[in-house]
Amino acid sequence: MNWPWSSKKEERRTGEERVPIIRMRGIRKVYEKGTVTVEALRGIDLDVDKGQFVAVVGPSGSGKSSLLNLIGCLDTPTEGRYELNGEPVGGLDRDGLAEIRNRRIGFVFQNFNLLPQLSALENVEMPMLFGGVSARQRRQRAQELLEKVGLGDRMTHKPAELSGGQMQRVAVARALAMDPDVILADEPTGNLDTSSGSDVLSLLGQLWEQGSTLVVVTHDMSMAERAPRIVEIRDGLIVHDTGRA
Amino acid sequence: MNRRPLVTWQLFVRTASLQRKRAVLTIAAITWGTVSILLLLAFGQGLKEQLMRGRRGMGENIAVIWPGNTSKVWQGLPTGRPVRLRMEDIDFLRARMPDVEIAGEMTDWSALVTWGTKTLNEPLVASNWQFGEIRNHFAQPGGRFLDALDEAQKRRVVFLGDHLAREIFGKVQPVGKRITINSLPYTVIGVMEHKMQMGSYGPPDENHAVVPITTFAAQMSRQYLNDLVIKVRRPGLMAGALERLRHVLAAKYRFDPADEQAISVWDTVKSSQTMDNLTLGIQLFLGLMGALTLFIGGIGVANIMYAVVKERTREIGVQMALGAKRGWITGPIVMQGLVYTLVGGATGMIISVVLVLLIGLIPTSGNQALEFLGKPQLSWPISVATAVILGMIGTAAGYFPARRAAEVDPAESLRYE
Ligand SMILES: Nc1ncnc2c1ncn2[C@@H]1O[C@H](COP(=O)(O)OP(=O)(O)OP(=O)(O)O)[C@@H](O)[C@H]1O
Ligand SMILES: [Mg+2]
Repeated sequence: MNWPWSSKKEERRTGEERVPIIRMRGIRKVYEKGTVTVEALRGIDLDVDKGQFVAVVGPSGSGKSSLLNLIGCLDTPTEGRYELNGEPVGGLDRDGLAEIRNRRIGFVFQNFNLLPQLSALENVEMPMLFGGVSARQRRQRAQELLEKVGLGDRMTHKPAELSGGQMQRVAVARALAMDPDVILADEPTGNLDTSSGSDVLSLLGQLWEQGSTLVVVTHDMSMAERAPRIVEIRDGLIVHDTGRA
Repeated sequence: MNRRPLVTWQLFVRTASLQRKRAVLTIAAITWGTVSILLLLAFGQGLKEQLMRGRRGMGENIAVIWPGNTSKVWQGLPTGRPVRLRMEDIDFLRARMPDVEIAGEMTDWSALVTWGTKTLNEPLVASNWQFGEIRNHFAQPGGRFLDALDEAQKRRVVFLGDHLAREIFGKVQPVGKRITINSLPYTVIGVMEHKMQMGSYGPPDENHAVVPITTFAAQMSRQYLNDLVIKVRRPGLMAGALERLRHVLAAKYRFDPADEQAISVWDTVKSSQTMDNLTLGIQLFLGLMGALTLFIGGIGVANIMYAVVKERTREIGVQMALGAKRGWITGPIVMQGLVYTLVGGATGMIISVVLVLLIGLIPTSGNQALEFLGKPQLSWPISVATAVILGMIGTAAGYFPARRAAEVDPAESLRYE
């Protein structure tokens, strides 16, 4: 079988261990809204290795989401160098960035961002559709992933027919669809009650144990404490990084 | 990758229902635009064909030549000399211009026609037997036009215009009946088949009677012709034929061949070119009106698609975050715009065909205005042109909103709820 992700898996196992998945140097992000300019990130250096679980914490407005968007190639830095898996990302056009997001990144959002007209199954298939996976393989993989997140019996449900925790688990399954190099989650439990929040947390923990690389933004210290590495941001700068110590 | 259009289509079907009401209205606008463009062009075509038929009614590739007075000094001769064409000029010209059909005409604008107790003043034309072919005088079944023998033997036979025949005989069958013209008896040998005639240089053909020129000349002791009618085989030959005719007559009657007044000419080939340009102009104008209507419908479609893009900005952002390239975002939108346009266009085409068929059923004979307007005609060029315009408008209606969609900033659209 020719899974588009199987080759990457090999590369991950046999590849040079030294190269970090994420390497950022001197990253600045300035937002310009008319005459107002906001410097959200003021010089970030960050390395994340394969298989790491990084929690990004910090007060509101400190630049956590901005950082995650840059890591996820949803946005481009104003200044600085960013390499994903050893390849520089700067200079890619919109389609090039789309391809990176499709093959290397898996997103989990605070508000789930599922497509409301599509079933759980179809939502999980979406990235594979954009990635050119055949219909049969898409379906099979989406079913496997939904079973993995414990939603084998909810495949044909539309998002509106699912609970918040279930929606977020669909989103996690979707993030896994293309077997990305790194999973990015911006406050994944922010919209969930405590119990479904901890369900999602343990799911992410499970993924990490199975070898996934995770970068998770959170306010929730109990979640942050689960992560072996905590990066703290204040005013657009990393003020504390347990991984560096 | 060949499965991609199918998936794009599925995405479209899923989201199409969002704007159903507006979609229906817009499709209706496109339908209306298509109907107007098609009907306008169809009426233009009908009018054009009617004009062409009417023009042909008098005769195709013909010219009429009237003698006049000289207006230029020539070989020491003064101006103002009358040029007069005679019977023998017909054969004289035929001998020198064998490729051209020539007939002479003598006219009596008000001949006295009597049948039984009925007496009428009617226009009478005396001409050669070739006149029928040149000037499209075709006989109704059971009758015939003048022939060579009629002319050679100076027979007293008459061919009647269909309107004139009705005026004299009412419902009675005229062929074989005897009428008197200017006090001499004539036998009716044929009645003209009804025809559309637009141009004429006298009363319409349906109103006059035609007798052999030889008979008339003998009866009235006339030798001068009112005019000559000539017919060439192809439109392109007319200019040369007229040039030659001018020179032959100028040499014979000693006038300057360049003297436009010595003989005056109505060249229907030339005037039909003007007419062609005119009808082309009318058709372009009508087509433009229709295209504008359609264009407005297209703006409606584009508007809907802009609304769809705006409404779905967030979803577009999500799709981008999941790795959708530009084509995945723009494809369904372009397709949706195109589908709205084509559905509206197809409906409009069907309605137009039905309307044209229905209008075709309305009887026009007897109603002059309707007869002049002709029947609307849908032709392949018209349909193809409309389809092309529809396709272009549909593509444009989807393209611009799609471009807007592709410009959505994924980070921006996801950041704020
Ligand atoms: N698109 C934007 N345009 C202008 N300013 C922005 C934009 N996005 C973020 N900012 C500003 O950049 C700064 C950092 O924002 P960011 O969303 O990264 O913070 P955050 O750490 O994620 O905060 P929170 O915990 O509340 O989500 C803030 O001052 C914010 O107002
Ligand atoms: Mg944030």
